[in-house]
Amino acid sequence: MAARIVNEFTKGFWKEIAPLRFALGICPALAVSTKVESALGMGFAVVFVLCMSNVLVSAVRNIVPDKVRIAVFISIIATGVVIVELVMQAYFYPLFLVLGIWIPLIVVNCVVLGRAEAFARKNPVLLSLSDGLGMGLGFTLSLVVISSIREILGDGTWLGMMVLPEAYPGFGFLLRPPGAFVIFGLVLGIMNVISARLENKTA
Amino acid sequence: MQEYLLMIVAAMFINNIVLIRFMGNCPVVGVTSSVDSALGMGAAVVFVTTMAGTTCWIIQKTILEVLGIEYLQTLVFILVIATLVQFVEILMQKVAPPLYRALGIFLPLITTNCMVFGVSVLNIKEEHSFMETLVFSMASAVGFAIVLLFMAGLRERMDSAGRVPKLLQGVPITLITAGMMGLSFAGLMGLD
Repeated sequence: MAARIVNEFTKGFWKEIAPLRFALGICPALAVSTKVESALGMGFAVVFVLCMSNVLVSAVRNIVPDKVRIAVFISIIATGVVIVELVMQAYFYPLFLVLGIWIPLIVVNCVVLGRAEAFARKNPVLLSLSDGLGMGLGFTLSLVVISSIREILGDGTWLGMMVLPEAYPGFGFLLRPPGAFVIFGLVLGIMNVISARLENKTA
Repeated sequence: MQEYLLMIVAAMFINNIVLIRFMGNCPVVGVTSSVDSALGMGAAVVFVTTMAGTTCWIIQKTILEVLGIEYLQTLVFILVIATLVQFVEILMQKVAPPLYRALGIFLPLITTNCMVFGVSVLNIKEEHSFMETLVFSMASAVGFAIVLLFMAGLRERMDSAGRVPKLLQGVPITLITAGMMGLSFAGLMGLD
């Protein structure tokens, strides 16, 4: 049992890392990855919503009829999102302004509904919690990787600190929307290279 | 009149919902392998987004704001959209079976298309009037359909040319293409 919980947790980081492996939840990953700070904020909001929805969906999995399950899942997820929205507005107002419309849009993040449908509705509460935590942190990790590349190369900073020499002119293209698409595509390509290498080694 | 025209151009191209506002990327990456299905999906999205945008606007103004419960916006809007999609599906099946056969399979996918929900929220956030809501929703959705269609055409050609490096095939090359497309759309900036 313990081994399974650990396994469900760790699969979210490489083997089934949602945005990079399945192209799920790429809209927020593209939109809020201009700065590492906003990527982290978005990531943790998704971790919270994902854990909550996974636990609740798994808790009611035996009493919800199959036909109305999507409506029930969406209501559960939307409730979680409203909580995040209100808490962020009250305690993390600057972050709330930066993320803007992307906080309510967590409702339609395919990762959240995808895990409810593919995992939580078939598995017990504890496993679902560890799956949600792993998937959520994996999502955060992908956002941090992409935003790090964009912030370091685009602005010369990381989490607001200067990391490149003062004279670095910056590469504004990466901070603009088209840059997000190109960086995301290249990261996916690099991941394919690494996966192919790893498979060759084990084979 | 000119104001609406500018709004249409801005929503369709300059602030394209997919390439600049990053909404509705999943279908662009997932469904765009053939021009036919892109056309079907695009038409269904234009229809649903326009309906959802105006319905949500009416509900926001007549119910949520009157009762002072705007904080329930997220919850209410997503339920409205989910119900609306179901309703459209049933209605279409009864009233226009040929249309249903063409668009039906795309309808369930639209509930989780973040564009429909995003446009509904944007309408409220940017304080559009009812007419502006109608125009903005439709123009944004048409912008989405255009990108979907372009992407499908490009991908069909790329697949048949077979020159894409193995490691970039599929999703990576689609995203990079979207970036290039975004650059050319950004060339229209300043028109508004």
